[in-house]
Amino acid sequence: MAITVRVQTEAFDATAETLAITAGRTDIGAVASFTGLVRGNDDTGALTLEHYPAMTERSLRDIAAEATQRWPLLGLTVIHRTGRLPPGAPIVLVIVAAAHRGAAFAACEFVMDYLKTRAPFWKKEEVAGTERWVEARDDDDTAARRWE
Amino acid sequence: MRLNLVYFAWVRERIGKDGETLDLDALTVGEALAALRLRGENYIWALAAPERLRFALDQEFVEQQAPLREGAELAIFPPVTGG
Repeated sequence: MAITVRVQTEAFDATAETLAITAGRTDIGAVASFTGLVRGNDDTGALTLEHYPAMTERSLRDIAAEATQRWPLLGLTVIHRTGRLPPGAPIVLVIVAAAHRGAAFAACEFVMDYLKTRAPFWKKEEVAGTERWVEARDDDDTAARRWE
Repeated sequence: MRLNLVYFAWVRERIGKDGETLDLDALTVGEALAALRLRGENYIWALAAPERLRFALDQEFVEQQAPLREGAELAIFPPVTGG
């Protein structure tokens, strides 16, 4: 099963990434994907993402491998961006391919829930001309725990 | 115990450096934190509340009770906020 994991500053192309999984195959019956965007409002500006390069890709690979053990998947891609990203910019992409939709939907949600709590990224947001570190949310821990 | 320490996000900012190699009088992650807090106000500011911190030893998440290994990389950082 092909697992693709990338950490990059540049934007990603969700359509091209989906085609990279599905091209030439007839066994895939379902593709579920999630794209996370930088959310902004009147006060908040860009986000800057810091990460732990020696650990980031490995942690994403571990999460992806765990997903393939839990569901019968036929393809899985995780791309996470770093650096400074303005409101509206895509920040994370998860694509899951499977024979049936149940596995694709569940695995996609699982990967995002684990990524939120186990992948070493930190967001700093620009608010009214100053900067502050985004606080981790209890909701994210709760979401990750339901898979245990 | 000789350790390669790396710091991220506000831990890095408060300590004022992104990493350092130190010989600490410590056998566990928690003891390493205590030894670091003896090094000055900036370390106390960063490490005063261990329950607000997370740790990785050689790039694997560990708890404060985890034993250290000679020459290991100990990363100290806030709870992650990616995605």
